[in-house]
Amino acid sequence: MVKSFGETEVLRGISLSVKHHEVVALIGGSGSGKSTLLRCINLLEQVDDGQIFLDNRELTDPRVKQDEVRTHIGIVFQQFNLFPHMTVLNNVALANRQVFKKSKHEARAEAQVLLDRIGLGDKANEFPDRLSGGQQQRAAMVRAIATNPRVLLLDEVTSALDPELVGEVLDLIRELKQTGVTIVMATHEMDFAKDVADRVAFLDNGVILEEGTAKQVLTKPREARTREYLKRFHASR
Amino acid sequence: MSIDLKARRPSAIELERRAFRRQQSTRSVIISLVSTVLFAAVIWFAVVNSPGWQQVQNSFFNWDTIVQAFPRVGEGLWLNIRVLFYATIGVAVVSLLIATVRTLRSPVFFPLRALAAGYTDLFRGMPLIIVLYLVGFGIPGLNLFARMPLEFWGTIALITTYSAYVSEVFRAGIESVHPSQRLAARSLGLSYGKTLRLIVMPQAVRKVTPALMNDFIAMQKDVGLISVLGAVDAVRAAQIETAAAFNFSPYVLAGLLFVLLSLPMIRLSDWYTARLRKREQMGALV
Repeated sequence: MVKSFGETEVLRGISLSVKHHEVVALIGGSGSGKSTLLRCINLLEQVDDGQIFLDNRELTDPRVKQDEVRTHIGIVFQQFNLFPHMTVLNNVALANRQVFKKSKHEARAEAQVLLDRIGLGDKANEFPDRLSGGQQQRAAMVRAIATNPRVLLLDEVTSALDPELVGEVLDLIRELKQTGVTIVMATHEMDFAKDVADRVAFLDNGVILEEGTAKQVLTKPREARTREYLKRFHASR
Repeated sequence: MSIDLKARRPSAIELERRAFRRQQSTRSVIISLVSTVLFAAVIWFAVVNSPGWQQVQNSFFNWDTIVQAFPRVGEGLWLNIRVLFYATIGVAVVSLLIATVRTLRSPVFFPLRALAAGYTDLFRGMPLIIVLYLVGFGIPGLNLFARMPLEFWGTIALITTYSAYVSEVFRAGIESVHPSQRLAARSLGLSYGKTLRLIVMPQAVRKVTPALMNDFIAMQKDVGLISVLGAVDAVRAAQIETAAAFNFSPYVLAGLLFVLLSLPMIRLSDWYTARLRKREQMGALV
């Protein structure tokens, strides 16, 4: 996959495959292309070259319906991006009602079940700004999985949170992994990646410099650049 | 990965994709072109073949009458432009003042706030033409002021009405600036007035510029209403010429001149709005 913005090449030839039920963590400094990669997968950005496949179907084919493709891919953003003019429940029920044409009753009932499961059942009828950052981000994740997407993309979902709120979001990701959701996540949470991710890819300057099991990449990196990044990362903690 | 990065040569797949997208966009352009031409042709055909077309053409689009009326109507338009110039300045000053008054929080200012609110309520509701009559014939009738030309009172009436609208636009802009900006400015020691002038206003004006442009264009053509006072502007001149020639073509001319007058502003506001949108939605495709 290749992607540039104007003169800046953000992705300079990325190749990555993810199996069903696998959790892959993308690590790397800011500007390394993690977010762009995720946005390309969701067709929020148009790739300049290369192909993306989901279940053997080419998403980058200009003939595919982008909106339809996106219903199979959930994405959660760093800044939550909940719709502030809707209650939490309506945020979660929105896609099922409007895109999958479920009845209001059915969509809301399903949303309530999901919110109950993550302990936000009593906040269902609140507006997002009444919730803490961690609660908002969990609600955003539930919104993304409400339509049972084939893959869930997480774009630094804990980066905008207070340290004490990070835990509850990471716990939810752990739970999602248990249910067998395929996840690709950009993250700065190295310990969490080591614990939860099946594989880790280190992005540097638009290429995947190193890829392997979480343990291998994070504890015994092969590349000097990876070692340097991890060292600096841990030093700043 | 077989992508040749050094040469930046797109792969066959990408080339095929680009060809397909080009083909799609060409098709869209052709479809929209054909449908536009077809639509225009249908309208044209219907009008030209209507039973009364000959008469309408003669009494509304008579070239000779238009040419004859041009000097007088053009002179009238010059009056409109001058009125517009002063009215714009007046509206900017008065509306900013009212908007500022309406955003004052302290209870001390309650009477001022109420007055400003009453003003906007009254003059947004009142038809401009009635304001024109009241100001244009009423105020001179008081015999308080020296005799002023009709267009002077017309300008005052325009300022009165449009300030009410524009002040609400400014107020919306002021209130859309996040309170944290005020906090940050006050925390630096800036006074209330300085905060408003240096921090809040620049952001507010930027946000409401499209709406302001819209009001400006509306006023640009409402300037033509000062003709009801008897001021010889483009509309009045067209009326005179129409009466002289027994032909409505001068009105069409005046209308076209007003459109020409507003075109640069419309284009400018479109361009500015597009630029703002681009800057705010950097890198978003959907």
